[in-house]
Amino acid sequence: MKDWICEIREGIEAFLRSVGELTLFFFNIAIYSPRTLVRRPGLVVQQVFNSGAMSMTIILTCGLFVGMVLGLQGFDTLQRFGAEEALGTFATLSLVKELGPVLTALLFSGRAGTALASEIGLMRATDQLAAMEMMAVDPVRRIVIPRFLGGVVAMPFLTAIFNMIAIFGAFLVGVTFMGVDQGAFWSQMHANVTVADVNQGVIKSLVFGIVASLLAVYQGYTSVPTAEGVGRATTRTVVTTAITVLILDYLLTATLIG
Amino acid sequence: MNLGAKEIMKQTRAVEMGAGLFVLLGFGALFFLITQTTGLSNEIGNNGYTINARFENVGDLKIRAPVTISGVTIGRVTSIAYDPERMNAVVEMMIADQYRQLPDDSEAAILTAGLIGGQYIGLTPGGSETWLEQGSQIEFTQSAVVLENLIGKFLSSVGGGN
Repeated sequence: MKDWICEIREGIEAFLRSVGELTLFFFNIAIYSPRTLVRRPGLVVQQVFNSGAMSMTIILTCGLFVGMVLGLQGFDTLQRFGAEEALGTFATLSLVKELGPVLTALLFSGRAGTALASEIGLMRATDQLAAMEMMAVDPVRRIVIPRFLGGVVAMPFLTAIFNMIAIFGAFLVGVTFMGVDQGAFWSQMHANVTVADVNQGVIKSLVFGIVASLLAVYQGYTSVPTAEGVGRATTRTVVTTAITVLILDYLLTATLIG
Repeated sequence: MNLGAKEIMKQTRAVEMGAGLFVLLGFGALFFLITQTTGLSNEIGNNGYTINARFENVGDLKIRAPVTISGVTIGRVTSIAYDPERMNAVVEMMIADQYRQLPDDSEAAILTAGLIGGQYIGLTPGGSETWLEQGSQIEFTQSAVVLENLIGKFLSSVGGGN
């Protein structure tokens, strides 16, 4: 009985400590980020390539099929109300406000987040980070911050690309396969989607970019320096990102809509 | 793997080009979302003049609802307010500049688009030779039809018939 209570207490303590550590880590990154951006832009550009351009394949493929599914499901549901002309509005609003930012963040953490975590984790395991410290090079500034910033920059663009290709996917299925009127598809969309809706998605993608990149570099940086530890850090990256993004998504939606 | 300085330069350039291409594509996608999926492209912006009209009841009219004449959208509702002194609603609307020549005895009515569509303002041109200007008021208005009132009238007329 007593052991049981102790375990719970330790668990809560460990959780609180990791949240605190994460917060401090974030402040540390945030403080040095502008300086890195100005002094070593090359490093950041390289990471934008690694996190952003290298994720294009998964984003384009998934985006296209998510859009096509939305087109199909939306058509099936809307035609029951005789409102299939609203398919453009339906697909665009769901994508721009919700599915685009969230799915991109989840895909990003699977493709780029795990890569970041395992890369930094391996550097830790092979003592490369310690070696840098010996040479008076701060590994946070040299390794962590460029990777964090690369992810932060890449996410909004990835989200926008995802949304664009998904809208074309919905268009393809809705208009080309299912015979929704092309003019109605776009004009209903124009009439009902506002710039505020698009902005809502952009704000979400910015926040998710910060969260997904931060969690990835944090898990890598604090990983246990063994093969098992790196593996666990990679898994934890995906799990914590998914949980945090989905919880934050609700909070953001409530804030932005309310 | 020993890369010469030239090889590394080549690689760096490829990476930078890839990143640049990616960012450009991202900007393009953002631009597409903002201009092509929203109503921004057929917005009248600030190039217009405001007129206002008083209604007994604006019903479900919303800000940004279209203002039409002969079914053509010529402007948007910009504000809806209640005037406690005259006890009616003041609706301001912005009309695009190319529609300067609206007779000042035109009539404004709040209409409903389709069975479940939103409400909009329909203008019916009058016969006057002077035009509506910035800040002028439409004298002849017709309030929104409230379904409950309509049903009430119908019921009382049926009851009266008996």
